[in-house]
Amino acid sequence: MFTGLFNYWVVIIIMMSGLYVVMSSSNLIKKIIGLNIFQTAVFILFISMGKISGGTAPILAEGITAYSNPLPHVLILTAIVVGVATTALGLAIAVRVHEAYGSVDEIEIAAIDAADFDQETPAKPAEDTTS
Amino acid sequence: MSNQLPAIVLLLTLLAAPLCSMMRNGDHAWKLAVSSAWLSVVAAFALLQQVWGGYEISYHMGGWPPPWGIEVRIDELSALVLVLVTLFGSIVLSALRESLRPIMRSHRHSLYYTTFLLCMASLIGITITGDAFNVFVFLEISSLSTYALIARGRDRRALTASFRYLIMGTIGATFILIAIGFIYMVTGTLNMADLAERLPAHADNRVVQASFAFFTIGIALKVAVFPLHYWLPNSYTYAPKATTAFLAATATKVSLYVMIRFVFDVYGIEFSFQQMQLGLLLVPLSIAGFLIASLTAVFQNDVKRLLAWSSVAQLSYMVLGLGLLNIDGLTASITHMFNHAMIKAGLFLALAAMIYRVESSKLSDLAGIGRTMPYTTAAFVILGLGLIGVPLTAGFVSKWYLISAALEKDWLWLAVLLIASSLMAVVYIGKIIDAAYFKPVSASHAQVKEVPPIILIPCWTFALLTIYFGIDTRLSAGLAGRVAQTLLGVGS
Amino acid sequence: MLVATVFVIIRLEKLMSAVMMMGFFSLLSSCIFMVLDAVDVAFTEAAVGAGVSTIFFLAAIAIVGRTSRPVKPNKMIVPLITCLGTGAILIYASFDMPRFGINDAPIHQHVAPRYLNDSAGEVGPPNVVTSVLASYRGYDTFGEVGVVFTAFIGVFLLLGAGTRKSGKERPAPPNVGEGSMRQKVVLREVSDLVIAPVLIFALYVQWHGDFGPGGGFQAGVIFASGIILYALIYGIVPAQKVMPPRKLAYFPAIGLLLYAGVGVVSMFKGGNFLNYSVLAHDPLHGQHYGILIIELGVGITVAAVMINIFFSFSERSL
Repeated sequence: MFTGLFNYWVVIIIMMSGLYVVMSSSNLIKKIIGLNIFQTAVFILFISMGKISGGTAPILAEGITAYSNPLPHVLILTAIVVGVATTALGLAIAVRVHEAYGSVDEIEIAAIDAADFDQETPAKPAEDTTS
Repeated sequence: MSNQLPAIVLLLTLLAAPLCSMMRNGDHAWKLAVSSAWLSVVAAFALLQQVWGGYEISYHMGGWPPPWGIEVRIDELSALVLVLVTLFGSIVLSALRESLRPIMRSHRHSLYYTTFLLCMASLIGITITGDAFNVFVFLEISSLSTYALIARGRDRRALTASFRYLIMGTIGATFILIAIGFIYMVTGTLNMADLAERLPAHADNRVVQASFAFFTIGIALKVAVFPLHYWLPNSYTYAPKATTAFLAATATKVSLYVMIRFVFDVYGIEFSFQQMQLGLLLVPLSIAGFLIASLTAVFQNDVKRLLAWSSVAQLSYMVLGLGLLNIDGLTASITHMFNHAMIKAGLFLALAAMIYRVESSKLSDLAGIGRTMPYTTAAFVILGLGLIGVPLTAGFVSKWYLISAALEKDWLWLAVLLIASSLMAVVYIGKIIDAAYFKPVSASHAQVKEVPPIILIPCWTFALLTIYFGIDTRLSAGLAGRVAQTLLGVGS
Repeated sequence: MLVATVFVIIRLEKLMSAVMMMGFFSLLSSCIFMVLDAVDVAFTEAAVGAGVSTIFFLAAIAIVGRTSRPVKPNKMIVPLITCLGTGAILIYASFDMPRFGINDAPIHQHVAPRYLNDSAGEVGPPNVVTSVLASYRGYDTFGEVGVVFTAFIGVFLLLGAGTRKSGKERPAPPNVGEGSMRQKVVLREVSDLVIAPVLIFALYVQWHGDFGPGGGFQAGVIFASGIILYALIYGIVPAQKVMPPRKLAYFPAIGLLLYAGVGVVSMFKGGNFLNYSVLAHDPLHGQHYGILIIELGVGITVAAVMINIFFSFSERSL
């Protein structure tokens, strides 16, 4: 009875693992890796629902009657693009964080900020190193 | 031409953005950005006029009828949000050039305007669309541009604030994507009107219930509903000055609009509130939200952070009005969405003007600013009174509806709590006024001069609008009342 | 296997290997997409997940260092509970989901049949995904190009353009490994052989999207990978001679404007935004031209954005 659901469960496990990485890791880069995994799992979920057993790819051809649903494919194409765009921007911010703090570890960064606060020194401005 | 307006209102800003990015000269880019933004205000008002009185416009992108193609759908509520985004965005944009000058080299400016326009365009896109997946696409444009805008803040903590927002925002957006996938899975459509028709038949389906849960969490992250507000105070505090005014006015409000759209229209009231008991979740959370956030605001020594916390409190009012589920509550929600956008944008802009001269937003550094910068401070005070909810300001109107909504439910205690929270607003605004007028000017800031008119005029525009909408409420509360009736499905 | 890969990623502390495993994960998922008949998606995932985004990660790691700290046990609990809770909701929901692969699930009943049955007569291309992407839901794709463009502007705003005025010779970016790749003859020979076909293949994918899997987006990514490969092997400077960053920076905007331009022209011709049918006397021809041009717009924007972002990152690592 549950064989038809196995696919979804695998996706759910992957999804949650990704989410776990995002939330537990203190390294900013690893957080983005987690986000990627999380999103990819969602993509697989979407594509799974478009599949028809015995169907083929939705490219029209003579003599084929069953095609998989093209709409989820379109949505996920868009979502993949959105994903890579987010990744690129996230990494760019992480790189700037590294330049400003010398670290990409959340715990270390929090410690540096706390130290700034204790000494009541004005926080250093993030230097505009862009040319 | 007028039947193409739904596309035009979006394209004006969306096309100006790439053109802006190609300009090397920041000033020219600014002129292009400002003119396109103001043109979109005109388009927004024209659309509002077309739907005024409860009409709807449906525009088929690509000429394909829904549900096959993507539909743009504008009713009174979306037209109101459209006016909110374009009008307040344009006013802030007009002041942006001067306030950018000290923080960024001039040839970066055109990129900054591009990002700003993209953000504005995407918020317009979210507001007008009638397609669930399209909401996600434009939500991502707005999120990405917001992250970039915040990360350009001067303090290096802007970077970590922006990164945190990116992580939270992306999780939120992916949750919304899952929710959209689930409702698509059971109904086979993505068009919102079509979904609204088909979903009630599946109300007992667990997939729909899970979809609702994911949607609520995802959008609550974006609206910054307590306790998912953690990204907000830092993001607002460290974002570059005038940008905060824009974000505070628009981004969370548009998310709230999406929330109203989905909860009331797509999922339907019966499902959201009776079956899923959304009210039981939203009301206690928002009450805790405004109490805690107001209290936190009272203890802040940095005015920018103080205003950011106050934003969390005010957003809680709006969510509360939504959760109360009566006409007055919903009217309060929508009116406050509009009024608070205006008031907070004005406050942050006036504050940006002060920072422009004083280079700090610490309460101690703003001592005596009422004497050195009298006009800016006067505008700030008017807006501050609006935030508290003093009669004859716009803030009073929305608070009035909210309290009467509580009384209508016979929840006297809620009305008392609301008044208590307003008193806290009196305290934190009073703190600023006290510093501005009654503390001596510190020696280092004695030479501070008034800001140039290009910043001052936008501040005063917001201040005067606050008074205007405190007296003439046809556009804000009048429209909101009609919308509330339609959403709740009573009378018409 | 996917699950195993993910668990390895969680445990890995070395970011470098985590990224490599992520690339592997993407490749695996693209195989899954292939099995599930989503050829276009598989194509894209392979090009993006296993290709471009892995390269972005490597470029970023080259700058920020390679190791991450292990998670402290006391910081594990909250995320774990949240994940289990969310997972529980999902499992709960999964019982009411249509069984995998059945052909009478709701999504196959309502909107999709029109795409499958009528798109050949209404839009033209045999690849239904292309018809839906470019025409029925062309507005979404327009938004998607907008997202890519926004990411480009954001990275540009944060990291700068990847142009430094000093024109002096610099070593290849460190992300290609410890030794300089330029001395590795074999790699050079192989890459010489590979890069030209990659670029040609990209053009093929661009124009062939109507019939087989492919289209502007995939073509753009593949084209960008070709250039990035060149940059990795020969160093940034020669690559930037081929693609001067200053000029390259205009192209994302040009692609977006091209896309929007088609829409605006169709508005002037009396149709709605992005209604290609009014572009020519015969609606089918109009659709054909429209899709061709907007796919070109997508391709230009995506390729230019990816190359630009790569340049921005690698300039920073020097």
